[in-house]
Amino acid sequence: MDFELSEEQRQLADSVGRYLADHYDFESRKKIVHSDSGASDAVWKQLAELGVLSIPFSEAAGGFGGGAVDMMSAMQSIGQALVVEPVLATVLAGRLIDRAGSASQREEILPQVVDGTRRLAFAHTEDGGRYRLDHVSATAAKAGDGWVLNGLKRVVLGAPQADLMVVSARTSGSPDDAHGISLFIVAANAKGVTTTPYRNIDNQRAADVKLDGVQVRADALVGAEGGALATIEEAVDFATALQCAEAVGAMQFANDTTLEYLKTRKQFGAPIGTFQALQHRMVEMFVSVEQARSMSYLVCSRVDSATDATERARIVSAAKIKIADACRQVSQESIQLHGGMGMTEEMKVSHTFRRLTMIAQQFGDADHHLDRFAALDAA
Amino acid sequence: MDLNYSPEEAAFRDEVRGWLKDNLPEDLRRKTAAGDHLDKDDLLRWHRILAKKGWVAPAWPEEWGGPGWNVTQRYIFEEECGLAGTPPIVAFGVTMCAQVLLKFGSPEQKKRHLPAIYNGDVFWVQGYSEPGSGSDLASLKTRADRRGDKYVVNGQKIWTTLGQYGDWIFCLVRTDFESKIRQEGISFLLIDMKTPGITVRPLILMDGGHEVNEVFFDNVEVPVENLVHEEGKGWTVAKYLLGHERLNTGRIGGSKRELVRLKAFAAEQTDGHGRRLIDDPRFRDKLTRVEVELMALEITNLRFLDAMRGGKPPGADVSMLKIRGTEIQQALTELMMQAAGPMAAPFKPTGPQDAGDFDDVLAHLAPRYANYRKTSIYAGSNEIQRNIIAKATLGL
Repeated sequence: MDFELSEEQRQLADSVGRYLADHYDFESRKKIVHSDSGASDAVWKQLAELGVLSIPFSEAAGGFGGGAVDMMSAMQSIGQALVVEPVLATVLAGRLIDRAGSASQREEILPQVVDGTRRLAFAHTEDGGRYRLDHVSATAAKAGDGWVLNGLKRVVLGAPQADLMVVSARTSGSPDDAHGISLFIVAANAKGVTTTPYRNIDNQRAADVKLDGVQVRADALVGAEGGALATIEEAVDFATALQCAEAVGAMQFANDTTLEYLKTRKQFGAPIGTFQALQHRMVEMFVSVEQARSMSYLVCSRVDSATDATERARIVSAAKIKIADACRQVSQESIQLHGGMGMTEEMKVSHTFRRLTMIAQQFGDADHHLDRFAALDAA
Repeated sequence: MDLNYSPEEAAFRDEVRGWLKDNLPEDLRRKTAAGDHLDKDDLLRWHRILAKKGWVAPAWPEEWGGPGWNVTQRYIFEEECGLAGTPPIVAFGVTMCAQVLLKFGSPEQKKRHLPAIYNGDVFWVQGYSEPGSGSDLASLKTRADRRGDKYVVNGQKIWTTLGQYGDWIFCLVRTDFESKIRQEGISFLLIDMKTPGITVRPLILMDGGHEVNEVFFDNVEVPVENLVHEEGKGWTVAKYLLGHERLNTGRIGGSKRELVRLKAFAAEQTDGHGRRLIDDPRFRDKLTRVEVELMALEITNLRFLDAMRGGKPPGADVSMLKIRGTEIQQALTELMMQAAGPMAAPFKPTGPQDAGDFDDVLAHLAPRYANYRKTSIYAGSNEIQRNIIAKATLGL
């Protein structure tokens, strides 16, 4: 039992933390968020140089072959600074290729992710499936040597910035079958791909991606035909673990800034933090974040060391339940304790609120994971 | 970072688990599991078994009989005891009085009391709260007036847990009535409960159990050599005790065992239409949230231990273990009772003398639920714990 970070992990945490503190303050972020692309090439390049984009990928892909624990502190810093760059989207899509792709797919695509010249997205979510990963009605039909893809993917995070997407499509079976889901690499500018970009409530960029007779070559298939669900589940679990760490960083900021506000804001002639009604709410926020932090340590540690999918999925769902509940509580309370000011665009805490609100639902909300946890327990 | 136990730690756990399995008397295990009242003999019997093995005082220095375990080993031991369902080691002697004596006691006090505590020869209880001094403990009024080489004690203590078994009681008493700072007039006294003038009166709780008492002091003469630390320094002693030895505040092991029991129990309950209670999403979600909170609390507890190993004293953050730990315990007793449905209603007072014709387990659930409301009140109510975190950790 050891909670110490290794020397390398500490160095990454320090360098990412320092870089974001110096270059990703609230004002800088505002400019990026309001730019056309909603992301920054310079920040992306720097994150790559610091190692954020090489750590989670295998050595065969040009990465360091690290795990969730290695990424944990960097993700916390990303959460704290509310970074809008598509780190999670890229790591998630890249992991699908890294884990299931061929050697040539890995070697052709991932080194450019690692060096910061390429962003990826995972086009998976569809209407009517909520958080179920086995719900895929987009299709891929064999055509000559290759495949033809049709379907509509919704709210694809990072899609506006991605030049390649990993797209899930059904090569057999009906929309909710576990078997028959396949993954394909599709260029964002391929003929028949229509991307409708927009800004999400938390200022992350996403897009709906329409696939209309998109032709891809046989070598666009990632992994075994029809057998992608386990790959998807593993990668989404990994991304969820990383997002738990990101959430802890964002919640830590919400708590820090709320505590500061309680100490400085005066009403009735005294700092409002002297009022017990508010003190106890602040304490509950503090305790919740410490409990959430514990779960983020546990989930990152376990996705790295789990030897089977059930063990991994169980701990990921447990962590996400705690994180989602804490995200709701901390985000709502931080606004309430700030009073009217917390509602405004100009306070960072209102942006943290929005991000935490979305994290609570991304990759499955608490209800979804309560359901999954119970099912795994019964299995 | 590695949240798995090391091979040495795992081996230690196996050793403890194996020994507990072989040495915990079956009748005590059954009584503890059922939530039956454990009487003085039960408690001391288990105490002496552990003492013989050398495990009764894990936190004591080796020169007084401690096993020389580090904090992780102590945690594992506590957790295994919880999982095995052993009777508790009553904290008032081994954990509280002894820690005070080890830190503040005179050589004579240590020699006189520590071996007796270790061997289970003396049953200690605690005299802190008073009718007018609960959360505001420093307002206490029980007085000890110095007369020559004796103190004469007058006043009343309340909520004296297991006071009916007490051989000795350690008390906070007021020795200075002039001091402007209330805390400065308080002293820490050890009192032999056989001394004339002491009356113990039971307070029966709503579960029917007799675990707390009122203790009255009427001109009780206490030799001055029973003063611990200096006169007027009792509050320092009490604060030390508060910050000390709260490793097991979260009661992780006991709650883990209770959770296993709850899952098994909820899997047995059906609604007559084939649905098991554990498959009812409304019930299931509540259960899972408790399980997750407990998983998190275990890691939080281990993080504190890790920090302590690194030399950081346990701070006010430990209050968090008390808050969440007791919330979990209460939620578990509530879900157990709820799981029993209409069968939770029949009342069987705790105590070995009762043998109802309905199932023992079921009959204990509602009293246990009622009894566990105490956990968020005792040992510094959860509101006081929040005050502590607000002040000491958050600087409010």
